Amino acid sequence: MSQCGDCHECSPGGVATLSPPAALKAVALVGPPNSGKTTLFNRLTGMRQKVANFPGVTVEQHSGIAELEDGRVVNIIDLPGIYSLAPRSEDEQVAYDVLHGRRSGAEKPGAILLVLDSTNLGRHLMLAAPILALGVPTLIILNMADELASRKGKVDAKALSDQLGAPVALINARGGHGIHQVFDFLAGAMPAPQPKLLPILQDVPKCREWAGAVGSRAAYRAPIAPKWTRRLDRLFLHPVAGPIVFLLVVVGVIRTIFMASAPITEAAQRGFEISGKWLASVLPDGLLQSLLVEGIWRGVGSVLVFLPQVLFLFLFIGILEDSGYLARAALIADRTMAKVGLQGKSFIPLLSAYGCAVPAIMATRTIENKRDRIATILIAPFMTCSARLPVYALLIAAFIPNRPLLGGLLTEQVAALLGLYVLGFLAAVGTAKLLKSSVLKSAQAPFLLEMPSYRWPTLQSLGLRLLDRAVVFLRRAGTVILLVTVILWVMAHLPYTDGKPPAIGDSVAGTLGRTIEPIIKPLGFNWKIGIGLISSLAARETIVSTLGAIYGMDPESQAFDLQRALRTDLTVGGAFALLIFFAFAMQCISTIAVVRRETGGWKWPILQFTYMGVLAYIGAFIANHWIG
Amino acid sequence: MLQLSSNNGVADAPLGSLVDLQKGDAAVLERIEMSPEDSRRLMELGFLPGTRVIAGCCAPGGDPRVFQVDGSEIALRRDTARKLKIRRERNM
Repeated sequence: MSQCGDCHECSPGGVATLSPPAALKAVALVGPPNSGKTTLFNRLTGMRQKVANFPGVTVEQHSGIAELEDGRVVNIIDLPGIYSLAPRSEDEQVAYDVLHGRRSGAEKPGAILLVLDSTNLGRHLMLAAPILALGVPTLIILNMADELASRKGKVDAKALSDQLGAPVALINARGGHGIHQVFDFLAGAMPAPQPKLLPILQDVPKCREWAGAVGSRAAYRAPIAPKWTRRLDRLFLHPVAGPIVFLLVVVGVIRTIFMASAPITEAAQRGFEISGKWLASVLPDGLLQSLLVEGIWRGVGSVLVFLPQVLFLFLFIGILEDSGYLARAALIADRTMAKVGLQGKSFIPLLSAYGCAVPAIMATRTIENKRDRIATILIAPFMTCSARLPVYALLIAAFIPNRPLLGGLLTEQVAALLGLYVLGFLAAVGTAKLLKSSVLKSAQAPFLLEMPSYRWPTLQSLGLRLLDRAVVFLRRAGTVILLVTVILWVMAHLPYTDGKPPAIGDSVAGTLGRTIEPIIKPLGFNWKIGIGLISSLAARETIVSTLGAIYGMDPESQAFDLQRALRTDLTVGGAFALLIFFAFAMQCISTIAVVRRETGGWKWPILQFTYMGVLAYIGAFIANHWIG
Repeated sequence: MLQLSSNNGVADAPLGSLVDLQKGDAAVLERIEMSPEDSRRLMELGFLPGTRVIAGCCAPGGDPRVFQVDGSEIALRRDTARKLKIRRERNM
């Protein structure tokens, strides 16, 4: 089966001797935004790239290995979505460069899988013209065949193949139907395409005319309007009901994150407590016991118990993204964005910043205007990311009573969490206004947002997301947080005098905390919180593990759980100050690194870090004096 | 079917823009008054002169609005919609 006469990419006897008979071939996945390239990529390679039901989720090329039936392997490159081969934004430039073999580190693809949405073939076929003109062997994949059929559209794949001079496969990447045709193409001879006639590529109307003609010769019947999408939009975009649904969704999500995970977190806390005691009883007294039980077990354990909150958050983000509702939310929120001078494209990165600022900042590559892009990068870390959740959940549970509000719709704790989300959003919007009316002023770019049809989120997709997030959370706990906790434990046990470790207040860690105490005292924080703040520069949730470990090592608070120990150390004003400090401050090394990379220098990350730090200090100061 | 020349329509109403359309109104796109770069992007999304555009739902306050064009639904802000000049299909 290893016939590859047409393909000069795989000269036998090339590259690595360990590789199978035919050398690794690079195949690029190309197509318009939201046509399902990444879903197909995940299916072909068994990998788990993030997919969502809105355009512009993939901003970089990803590679993965697809294994063919005969054991050969193919390197699949997933590219950002493009409408044409005339790149304008950075993500489109990536796609363009890879296809032309100009991207360093990416092999020039020997074949192309062109993924088109079969429910919108008239327009999507336009992209076939410039792609076929590249002369690279291409399989044209008409995706979402299930939706085409259910909406009573049809297309003759054979006739289309004759017109385009390239093989055509009608598939459904989500369900896996027809996927064997893709594998057959990858395993087969891959001749170069022989299209009957191609239009002038620079002329969009000519391209569209060509696409229409090719489509009608292939008996393409466009599907009828998606009935359910129209119906749901009438509700979700209703002038009165729309915003109410939007608010209910937001409140419902926050409420469930807080209330549904609380019992699981409490049970897990109890579990760590009991197992810690057991561990202490089986280990011999000494330094090892102290490191394991008081340091690591209490420290890392106090972060791990917040896994349910983080997973609930990502479950909801997943449902909202996959269903297509987020695109409507973007529409409802667009007025606010427009008022502060941000363009519509900023919204999608900002939404994903609710998970984590790092991918959000990468997603700003879809924004063509440089100044708009920098403004979006600068405000993204204000959005409440999942690393803040453990800190918020801990402090709120420790300091805010759980009394019902608004007739039981909310509790004071839920309202506090909601308030922190709103606060972060307001800080982002205010900062955007400031930037866009001064240093980052720019002309308005046209606002375009494709509204995807609503789709049911699949259990598989949601399950994979949660698994991924759980792995990320546990990896952070096992690396950064563990490392910081161990360093803290060591610093808390030095210097030795008379063969004994010092009281924690006199240790290196304690001295460090006491050194910054005068600066943070006006915020209502003592030296213990100070140590937590220093450690949280690595990652926000590290403060939870640090405080867990400090209280575990301090004989005065050893018997208390974390909440109770915190109450002996912070006033209510101090707790609010700490919450607000975390809402504003940029305590995340990964974010600083990604901002430096994406803006190409230290100027913006330094400015951003300073600005957010100052805002956090002022906000915390006011909270401490006002409430305290 | 798609029409690409824009002057074979019936009795032309005075030129307006997409902003003038209410939900459910249809019109034929006449021209895009934007930079070639921005026009091209709009055309790739289906906003080609001669194409029929139907106004759909909008965000609260009327901005942005979703337009059905060439089989897709695309939301445009008022500022953008104003630059897409139309011919009414029939006088209302």
